[in-house]
Amino acid sequence: MSEEPQKSVFLVMSGDFDHAFAAFTMASTAAAMGAEVTMFFTFWGLKAIQKGNLTGKRFFGRMVGVMNRGGIDRIGPSHFNFGGIGRWLFKKMMKDENVVSLPELRQQCIDLGVKFLACNTSMDVLQITLDDLIPGVEAAGAATVMAEAQQAQSQWFI
Amino acid sequence: MSEVTPDKTLDARGLKCPMPVVKTSQEIKSIGVGGVLLVIATDPGSMADIQAWTKSTGNELVKMEKVDKEFRFLIRRLK
Repeated sequence: MSEEPQKSVFLVMSGDFDHAFAAFTMASTAAAMGAEVTMFFTFWGLKAIQKGNLTGKRFFGRMVGVMNRGGIDRIGPSHFNFGGIGRWLFKKMMKDENVVSLPELRQQCIDLGVKFLACNTSMDVLQITLDDLIPGVEAAGAATVMAEAQQAQSQWFI
Repeated sequence: MSEVTPDKTLDARGLKCPMPVVKTSQEIKSIGVGGVLLVIATDPGSMADIQAWTKSTGNELVKMEKVDKEFRFLIRRLK
């Protein structure tokens, strides 16, 4: 094994519970294995790092904010959501199986030093600011992610 | 497990993937290089995962065994 730390880059596009779970699981594991990990959240992926307050400055942005309230507790599964019942059900099923919760897993990533980046353009389109995101997130663009991905040994698109 | 005495024990019983590996990575930092950590887990996936973790982090998996429904790992911190 080389002394240079491995690098992993995650591009998180999905705002679905199951996808976010996979992303935070693999990111925390990569960090636990000694890798430098960067997670870049774009478009709906931003929901996983939003505080959960209402977002949007103008009419359409406000509408997106109301319809797609972010915040890690509010995101639902990609299938079987049934207007929120699925979200509750999956959370319960995972708790029954003693699977770590999504907010805990995200915190674990933060504790392990995973770097969170938010897509500038997506934030502008959805009218979300850094103040709407959890502390410690930095804004970045495609070139930043590409530069990191080119240095990384594993790249994930979720 | 008699020949190597662990310096510390991590009780990862009941934890599911990825937590046994995540906790192991955090716990091993609390012992010195050369020290030994005993990890006890119940997640069957930990058999493969702890091996993969030791291999890629460059630590030594001294011993791995299944006792009843538990998996026990002796890991020596090498870096």
